[in-house]
Parts: sequence; C-alpha cells; structure tokens
Amino acid sequence: MISAQGLKRAGSDPSTAIVLLITILGAIWSLFAAAYAPDAAMRGQSWLILGGFLTGIFLLVGSIAGGGVITDEREYNENLIKAGVIASLFWGVAGLLVGVVIAFQLAFPVLNIEAFGFTNFGRLRPLHTSAVIFAFGGNVLLATSFYVVQRTCRTRIAGGIWPWFVFWGYQFFILIAASGYLIGITQGKEYAEPEWYADIWLTLVWVVYLLVFLGTLWKRKEKHIYVANWFFLAFIVTIAVLHVINNLSMPVSWVGSRSYSAFAGVQDALIQWWYGHNAVGFFLTAGFLGIMYYFIPKRVNRPVYSYRLSIIHFWSLIFIYIWAGPHHLHYTALPEWAQTLGMTFSIMLWMPSWGGMINGLMTLSGAWDKLRTDPVVRMLVMSVAFYGMSTFEGPVMSIRAVNALSHYTDWTIGHVHSGALGWVGFVSFGALYCLVPWLWKRKGMYSKALVDWHFWIATIGILLYITSMWTAGILQGLWWRTYDALGFLEYSFVETVEAMFIPYVIRAVGGVLYLAGALIMVYNVYRTVRGDEVEDDENVVEQPALQPAQ
Amino acid sequence: MYEILSTFAQTWGLLIFVALFAAALVYALWPRNQALFDAAASAPLTENDTPAAADETEDETHVRA
Repeated sequence: MISAQGLKRAGSDPSTAIVLLITILGAIWSLFAAAYAPDAAMRGQSWLILGGFLTGIFLLVGSIAGGGVITDEREYNENLIKAGVIASLFWGVAGLLVGVVIAFQLAFPVLNIEAFGFTNFGRLRPLHTSAVIFAFGGNVLLATSFYVVQRTCRTRIAGGIWPWFVFWGYQFFILIAASGYLIGITQGKEYAEPEWYADIWLTLVWVVYLLVFLGTLWKRKEKHIYVANWFFLAFIVTIAVLHVINNLSMPVSWVGSRSYSAFAGVQDALIQWWYGHNAVGFFLTAGFLGIMYYFIPKRVNRPVYSYRLSIIHFWSLIFIYIWAGPHHLHYTALPEWAQTLGMTFSIMLWMPSWGGMINGLMTLSGAWDKLRTDPVVRMLVMSVAFYGMSTFEGPVMSIRAVNALSHYTDWTIGHVHSGALGWVGFVSFGALYCLVPWLWKRKGMYSKALVDWHFWIATIGILLYITSMWTAGILQGLWWRTYDALGFLEYSFVETVEAMFIPYVIRAVGGVLYLAGALIMVYNVYRTVRGDEVEDDENVVEQPALQPAQ
Repeated sequence: MYEILSTFAQTWGLLIFVALFAAALVYALWPRNQALFDAAASAPLTENDTPAAADETEDETHVRA
C-alpha cells in the first residue's frame, strides 16, 4: 500500500544551505564587479547580476521561512514542468519577435537605428539565435526531460531543491547572456557568445542538471531505461563537454567582462565548429528526439514502431554526429583530410537520421486517421517530416562541391530554419500542446480550432521562409562565381545585396506568420490554464487512475 | 604529444569505438531481448499518474501497470 512516509519538507537542509551560499557568493562577486570592473559594460551589467542574486536570496529565505521545498515521493513534481512550459512560451515569443525584427532590418536597413547601438543587427542577431535555441529550446528540453524522466522511471525527480536551482539558474543565465549581447559583451563565437562569467554559471547549472537527471535515473522503479531518456542524457552530457571545452579561456580581470580563448587560429575554428555543429546535433537533435520518442507514441496511443531501431538510431547518431563539425570549414586553413572527414561523417548521418524519421512516422501505424482528426498529431508528424527534409539537405550541403555554392549564402539560413522552425519548433509546440492539458488537468486545449490555425499559419510561414532563402542563397552563390568573357567577376557584391530585397521581405513575412502562430498558441494555453470551458478532446488520453496494489 | 595522440586515435581509439558500437548493435539485435523491447516500446502508454510506491515490489509494479 501507499505509505505516508513519502512527504518531506526540506526546511533548511544542506542542499538549501548550499544554494543560499552560492547566491551569497555570487552577490558578493557582482558587488566587486560593480566597483572594480575595468570595462564600463561589466560595471553596468554587474548591477543586473547583483539584482538576480539578491532575488535568489530573497526567494530562498522566503522558502526556508515557509518550511522549505516540499518533496512528496507519492507525486510527480509537476509544478516544475508547469514553470518550464510557461518559460518556454515566454522565451519562444520573445525570440521569434527579435527574429522578425532582424529580418525586417535586413530588408530595410533604416531599421538599424544608429542612435542606439544596442538595436543594430549585430547585437540583435545573437540575441535572436540564443533566445530561440537556448532560451526557448532549452526550456522546452528542461520541461520535457524532467517530465519524461519522472514518468518513464515512475519516480519523483531527485534532488529536492536542486531541480528548481536548475530552472531558475538557467533563466538567470539567459538574462545575463541576453543583456550582455545588447550592451556589446560577446566573445564572438557563434552560438557561444556569452563571456566567461556567464559560461561558469551555466557550467554550474548544467552539472546540477546532469546530477538531477542521473539521480532520478538512479532511483527509478522501472528496470529498463526508456529510449527517450537515453537521448536526453546524451544531450545533457555532450552539451556539458562541448560547452566547457569551447569556452576554455583566460579572463583579463576577475571582475571584467573580457576574456581570451585558450585556442588560436585554425584550432580555435575547429573547436568552435566541433562545438557549433554538435550544438545542432545534441541540443537541437538528440534532445528533441527524446521528445519525439515519448510524445508521439503517447499522443497516438501506439507503441514505438521498432524499439530495436530506436536503439540503433541512438547509438549510430551519437557515434557519427560528433565528427561532422569540420564541414563548416571547407576551403579554409583546416587540413583537407579533416574537411573530408567532416563531409564523410555528415553523409553517413543520413542513415540514423532517416532511420529515426521512419521510426517516428511509422509509430502512427494503425492510427493514421489521427492526422485528420488531431491537429497536435499533425504538428508532430510535420515536425518529423521537416526533420527528414533538413537532415537530407544538410548532408548534401556538407559535400565540398555543393558547399562551394551554398556557403556564406542565405541557403544556409534557409536550411537552419527548416530544421529550427519545422523540426524543433513544431515538435516543441506539439509537446507543449500535449503537456498543457495533462499538467493543468484539463480535458483538452481551450480550442482545437486554434491549434489548427496555429498549424497552418506556421506551416505557410515556414514555406515562405525556406523557399525565399533557397532562391536568395542560390542566386548569391551563382552570381558570386559568374565571370564575364574577359575573366572578370560579372557582378559586384553590392548587386547581390540589392537583389536580396524581395526574398528578404518574403522571409520577414514568413517570420511574422510563424510568430502569429506562436501568439495564437499563447492565447490558447492561457485560456486552457485559466480553466475556461474546453472542448472534449478524445485525443487527450486520460491518465489512468491509480489502482491499489494487491 | 601530437604524434602520440593521433597514433592512439587512429589505432586503439578506432578499435574501441568500433567495438562499443558493435556491442550496441548486438544488444539491439539479440533475439532474446524481444520481450524486453516489446514492453519498453509501450512504456509511455502503461504509466500511472503517480510514481510507484516506495514499498512496492517489482511484481506489484507490473500488476498495477
């Protein structure tokens, strides 16, 4: 029988004391930075960091005064997931909005308001990429991984206060990084722009995330570790390794913002793209495949098509992906054998990628009718279709001869967005549409019709985006290499810039549609959470009621 | 140092990775694991809305599911 021993109040246990100590030390450091930072940007930003740590201390003291974090082993920790869902929606809209702004800035340069340095494209572009990848994607991964690991291990999340430290610590990292970009703090590495102090903070948060995840696996009540957890674990471990190695650097001052990388020249470039491509492979692919392997079977109420294939998918993906990075450095100082290695492994990735896509799609066997009746399933299936499409396109673009045409053009941007908007975005939206009724115990979303609207508006947005970028990119690639009869370049660079106007406007319109879809979703989630009358959705499987043990 | 590392990567490193991958393949394709995989494939469908209780034996877990 179920015992009452499960309930525990943390009070001021050692974990809470350690978290309090971390926040106090952080607050002291930011005070020193405010006073002694050699650069004005750091002196300004340290006040924000101090504010964050003080908020943390305030929250912790409040929590301790109220008896501490409650740990009830008889229940899953769902408040944590709810917080993750809300944070995902917030950062999703913010990141997409910045994306729309910079898309219009490219079409209409006058929008780079020169009087404010922080609104120009160069500052907003990393804000957009980090907000959509790390803030939106990261929060979706935090929420879904914490949900899935609890459910499939049939045990409450481990660590008492620590999962909350991960959640709030991660939001704090996003704030530090984002505000830093706006005032010009960056180490200039793509997708790894945050400076050393933000990197150290993220390392701390990430190691705790790993320990919380491992601790939950450790106390699992199921013998077998479900495949989605393997993908989540690979994502967490690999990102930790990538993040630490790519960010090895020497700060100029212990209270200043600037640092110098431990690597130089082509070694630095190779490590950066080993990091950069595996951020795609393990953050945007492995983590979201974990979502696919839980939410698609759950939503269509069918077992995984082939569990053997899922295991082979997992191991071949992680064995191959890690070597694909050098394809970002074709025709550079990187030795040619290394370029060829990156290209070869990228092409080999076709197999696990398409194996995984087939496994995801075929899970619908016997439930294909849900494509017609359930817009959430349609969203999930469309995301897997985009996964297949962009993982076909990527290896093609990694071939050196194709890359000669596509590199440095907007084709790359189109490719990234078919993966990001189509695969990552749609699988996240699908998972969130599943989670919201489950977490807030509703029979369905407030409006199924609005889910449908979201699906179609966003899909049209993606199509506008990727087709305009294909056209733009191939035009750029061809014009840059067109010679006249005398062997001179036919087009000057600025002519290719002028020709971008129409594709850039179409792209921006696509972005507006995608953002509009996300706003519809936020409204729909808000009405669902508020408890407004929902339509009975036969696709939301009632969570089975607890039956007493024999 | 470069010589040592690259020699290791091209010999033992390669062999270790191939062996690990082969082991994963054997595990995935081993016929006797079929029952385990069948159960695992529907793991998301057989869960409860509450964690397994602390004093539950493994048998009871499966009865409940």
